[in-house]
Amino acid sequence: MVDFGFGLVPSSRINLDLFDKDKYRELVKIEPDARICMACGSCTAVCTAGKFVHTSLREAIEDILNAKNDKALESLQACQLCGKCSMVCPRGINTRHLILSINKVYSAK
Amino acid sequence: MIYEGKQKIWSDYQKDIPDDHYFYVRSCIRQSFFPASEATFLDITRNRLGKDIFETEHHTTCGGIAYHSDTIPQETVMTIIARQFALMAKHGYENYVCSCITSFGLYCETLETWREFPELEAKIRENLWKSCKLEFAKPKFLIHASDLIYKYRNQIAAQAVRKLVNVHTGEPLKVVEHIGCHYSKMFPSKGVGGAEYPYVLVGMIEAWGGEIVDYPERRHCCGFGFRQYFIKGNRGYSLSNTHKKFESMEPFKPDLIITNCPGCPYFLDRWQYVIAESTGKTYGQDGHGIPALTYEEVAGLVMGYDPWDLGLQTHQVGVEPLLDKMWVEYDPAKKFLGKNGKDLGAPAPCACLK
Repeated sequence: MVDFGFGLVPSSRINLDLFDKDKYRELVKIEPDARICMACGSCTAVCTAGKFVHTSLREAIEDILNAKNDKALESLQACQLCGKCSMVCPRGINTRHLILSINKVYSAK
Repeated sequence: MIYEGKQKIWSDYQKDIPDDHYFYVRSCIRQSFFPASEATFLDITRNRLGKDIFETEHHTTCGGIAYHSDTIPQETVMTIIARQFALMAKHGYENYVCSCITSFGLYCETLETWREFPELEAKIRENLWKSCKLEFAKPKFLIHASDLIYKYRNQIAAQAVRKLVNVHTGEPLKVVEHIGCHYSKMFPSKGVGGAEYPYVLVGMIEAWGGEIVDYPERRHCCGFGFRQYFIKGNRGYSLSNTHKKFESMEPFKPDLIITNCPGCPYFLDRWQYVIAESTGKTYGQDGHGIPALTYEEVAGLVMGYDPWDLGLQTHQVGVEPLLDKMWVEYDPAKKFLGKNGKDLGAPAPCACLK
């Protein structure tokens, strides 16, 4: 194969038909704060684990809404539950509880 | 729906295309990519249809390629365009036909801007006089060269020696039509069929016996996008655009792509080579690609021109399978001979694309 110095970029297409409504309803039931995140990124900015490996609650919530559940779980894999994100969240979300809930709902097959 | 009402709505999507007497302006990049297309246009309109198409060697680029690459300001472009229009008036013409879709879009944009801002028009008028000593003029009719071929499509069909038909099966060729974005996406009223139902190429395909392929990404950009291609770091986006279109059209097994823009046939053609050589994927039958031709080349094929005189050897994707389907006679030995019979040299063979 020839290397031209550029190539196909990964598709950013989002197929919302794959969005799992049942799991999202289950998540919102146990964690209503999932709805009020405004994706400001404060949680990601202060994340201790995020300094070393890719960790982002903001991205995880976006990924769930964009039907990329596996990617959402990957974004939270390195979380140590230190709680710094809950201290800076402008919407007052209990982020540790939200992260645990996301893992609980979306890890279940 | 009431038939008369439908006809009335459709009439709003039409544009006035004068019958004759045009000032023709070439495209700067098209002459490098597919040099015989413009020569074929002039030969068909002048010699086969007997129309008065005038061109002068004094015209320049419209400046569109620099404008869309953000390298020159709009007022400079407008002065260049004013000079083109002034040359038209100087030679006694008032109908302006351009070969390039980007030029067409830019001319429309400039005329609309002058209409909205008369003080800017006055400034450009002054710039033109100061820089070139030419009288400012505006065309009465501005059209794209594909509009003219569309208008004459039935006359071309009457002179055709063959149709867009697979002679082995008797079935019409499946043709993908790709309209340049600057044709009617910017100013829908300036294109035949507007932005919603662009009909300029569909009309040609129907008149010449082909079958239209309607696929999901039909109106997606070819991937040129100017800076997306010119800057190497962005080139992957250009390639991915084209890839998206081909993935979408592949299940419909098209025989041919017909385009009316300088950039579109180039990128739909060359990126097939890049996709094949970097990923191994080809979109035609048996490892071939899908030929992406200009409307003049397709008109030339149905009218019986020699494929090598039409410059079909300048395409990366081999056109021989298409020529065989249409029963076009050609001499493979003459493929890379110049007009003077001199051997131009064949390109190195591709590893994946036949």
